[in-house]
Amino acid sequence: MQRARLVVIGNGMAGIKTVEELVKIAPDLYGITVFGAEPQPNYNRILLSPVLAGEQTFDEIVLNDRGWYATHGIHLHTGKEVTSIDRKRRTVTAADGTYADYDRLLIATGSTPFILPIPGIDLEGVIGYRDIADTERMIAAAQNHRHAVVIGGGLLGLEAANGLNARGMDVTVLHLMDTLMERQLDAVAGRLLQTALEARGIRFIMGANTAAIRGDEHGHVSAVALADDTELAAELVVMAVGIRPNTHLAESAGLRCARGIVVNDTLQTFDPRIYAVGECVNHRGTAYGLVAPLFEMARVAANHLAEFGTQRYSGSVTATKLKVTGIDLYSAGDFHGDDSSETIVLSDAANGVYKKLVIKDERLQGSVLYGDTTDGAWYFRLMREGRSIADIRGRLMFGERNLGDTGHLGQSQAASMADSMEVCGCNGVSKGTICAAIKTHKLITLDEVRKHTKASASCGSCTGLVEQILMATAGADYSATPRTKPLCVCTERTHAEVKQAIKAQHLLTIADTQRFLEWRTPNGCATCRPALNYYLQTTWPREAQDDPQSRYINERAHANIQKDGTFSVIPRMWGGTTSAHELRKIADVVDKYQIPTVKVTGGQRIDLLGVKKADLPGVWRDLDMPSGHAYAKALRTVKTCVGAEWCRFGVQDSTQLGIDLERALWRMYAPHKVKIAVSGCPRNCAESGIKDVGIIGVESGWEIYVAGNGGIKTEVAQFFAKVTHAAEVLEHAGAFLQLYREEGHYLERTVHFVGRAGLDYCKAQVVSDAANRRALYSRLRFAVDGELDPWTARANGAAAHEYASVTA
Amino acid sequence: MNARPSQSLEQRVNWIDICALEEIPRLGARVFARATGNIAIFRNADDEVFALDDRCPHRGGPLSQGIVFGRHVACPLHNWQIGLWDGKATAPDVGCTAVYAVHVDAGRVYLDLTPTDA
Repeated sequence: MQRARLVVIGNGMAGIKTVEELVKIAPDLYGITVFGAEPQPNYNRILLSPVLAGEQTFDEIVLNDRGWYATHGIHLHTGKEVTSIDRKRRTVTAADGTYADYDRLLIATGSTPFILPIPGIDLEGVIGYRDIADTERMIAAAQNHRHAVVIGGGLLGLEAANGLNARGMDVTVLHLMDTLMERQLDAVAGRLLQTALEARGIRFIMGANTAAIRGDEHGHVSAVALADDTELAAELVVMAVGIRPNTHLAESAGLRCARGIVVNDTLQTFDPRIYAVGECVNHRGTAYGLVAPLFEMARVAANHLAEFGTQRYSGSVTATKLKVTGIDLYSAGDFHGDDSSETIVLSDAANGVYKKLVIKDERLQGSVLYGDTTDGAWYFRLMREGRSIADIRGRLMFGERNLGDTGHLGQSQAASMADSMEVCGCNGVSKGTICAAIKTHKLITLDEVRKHTKASASCGSCTGLVEQILMATAGADYSATPRTKPLCVCTERTHAEVKQAIKAQHLLTIADTQRFLEWRTPNGCATCRPALNYYLQTTWPREAQDDPQSRYINERAHANIQKDGTFSVIPRMWGGTTSAHELRKIADVVDKYQIPTVKVTGGQRIDLLGVKKADLPGVWRDLDMPSGHAYAKALRTVKTCVGAEWCRFGVQDSTQLGIDLERALWRMYAPHKVKIAVSGCPRNCAESGIKDVGIIGVESGWEIYVAGNGGIKTEVAQFFAKVTHAAEVLEHAGAFLQLYREEGHYLERTVHFVGRAGLDYCKAQVVSDAANRRALYSRLRFAVDGELDPWTARANGAAAHEYASVTA
Repeated sequence: MNARPSQSLEQRVNWIDICALEEIPRLGARVFARATGNIAIFRNADDEVFALDDRCPHRGGPLSQGIVFGRHVACPLHNWQIGLWDGKATAPDVGCTAVYAVHVDAGRVYLDLTPTDA
């Protein structure tokens, strides 16, 4: 079949991006021909500034070499400027007579520098700043001449000035306005920028109105004259007062143009066979000059050229970053504000830091960051999502890292990003795409990641973030999900596979399990043996034999080992209540065994620290209190507030419910420790919001929350169910914990279990299915009722070898 | 090859009878208490018996309290893995604890309190 013919006019970033996207999604649809006016293949125009400043070479900024065009069967004409489009015959013709027929045409002619209409602009040494040829002329001028004048203090002008300055020229910047980059910066940031550039030796004349350019007898530029008759010596003049869309060709073909080729939301011109993207385009009245919007256009245009027809371009919010090494500057959105907007400003002149956030209707409208641009991408995200910032307004200025992520200081921003979040705005690459590429292709360097994903390959401002992701992903297998990770180095099997085999094969011992699942080691390791022991116990309660040698020392000795090898003892105090009798026994034990430290724990109990191992059975015998299981992956404590019995605010008897829960659930082993709290009113003095199961009494009953955590990363518990009676709380809490016991992976806390299984799934199993809830709870009762208090047995001589040493 | 404690049986005369083999749990340990520092006596799944200073080279954790597997023990404090036959930490950790000669005869465990040169 004859393929449709696509002709692309313009071999720059927007046009070739469209082609890249197109061959990715519809590789065989078109025979493609590309015309480029420049002799080079497609290169990264954004990085001309680093080339000018001598920080990169041209080869480093080539995006698609000739091999790429060949690989995709694309016919490339370089150095051939298309001069006419015949829309009737559907043919384009270049200046040298080369022509090509098209079924679809893509115009991506970009923009040209705006040249001031003043005398002298034709002199040698007067240039715009647009392409690699201009860049090379500037580099050559810097080698032979001394004085440069840059007309225009915008983004491009300042990058040119900085590059020429770095190459040793005396540079003066003429700017018509009072402050630099007035389209991207407010006055304060503009002045900070000017000061920083002046410190590098660049001179500025503000409010400067250029009148004429004067030349010498050889027709070479020699000076620039201002309207106030000032004359500045200049052997090089760079015009950087703005760009204008290059619409000459489109206009001559009769396409409608108005400050750009007018296109609709599918990037079609008034001739539906002809598409246009890039800086040459006027979309909804806006012409864009930054790379991210151009790439967004390219993706939409490719989608339609591929005949998918599923995307629309609806305009872009833009952000600007100045590519001048050593100066951090970022601006986005509407940063000037108006009468109805508010601003938050942080200004630390001594440290050269200035930040301004513009807020309107509780939403971020714009931002200017100078000196510290770390949070630029975050602010940009908040703006684009249009998220209400009411809840974080007080901390907004201090950045994403200050949003209550305590305990994770120093953790990289990359680790906290969701897979769907965008890392590279220019190329629209998400974290998930980068991670997948790193893993699939075993990438180890930044260059490889750029090659595979294009992330950070355009403007480069997300390079740091991409490197963080690379380190986290390739370095420590950071984002490997527990579901596919082997249980330990002794096996290929995952937690889920091991549990499934234990159940299906009715395996009852660790040795049998390891044999059946072909363990690679003779008797496992310190990671798999405790997990296997736990899975056997929970799958076959009262049937599988416990193996103390496969338990961690704390669970084997039933006390917590301390750094000096002594142990701590925490007796159970039901719901945090105690009595004179218990306290006397504790006091006597402390005296008798000379226990050095007695401490009240966060779980409302008393900790006896520094007990010698040999003394443990005696301590337990004398205490005559049940084990608090403070050492075990098991129910720890049920924390309570005083509740309705005493508290003037209490609406429910939280203490009694806490005691009942603890008496029902103690001796319950679990994948990890389990903490419960019961509060008697919504003031929540028992801190139910950060417990594995948190219960809050309200006038009409009890609210049950699950999967909270007060550990390394604070996690607020999620609402699970609302019930009326205490007995229902017991059944719901018990059933949820049995679900966790049966389906949780060993050492997985409830927050991670619920995150993996899904809160809706847990609710469906426990809350909405009453029969399943009762079944879960009765399985829990069967398991827990079969457990004895470990301290009583050991106080009476069980496992004596564990506590006594041998002597000669 | 590191010296297995029993290989030097003939040269050693200071054997102390410390306990019966059955008093040490399989894949477990007992502590031989000594004023100058405890010695941990390990028994693995193959009934091999080993003796090490009961101090992890890392932070001094009591190795006798760790989980025994293969010919290693995992320290209970920070999970360093120490070779029972040579007292050396498994890479990437680096460190070594003293090894003592031990042998089993007619169901009794004998220990020599002079450290071997590992």
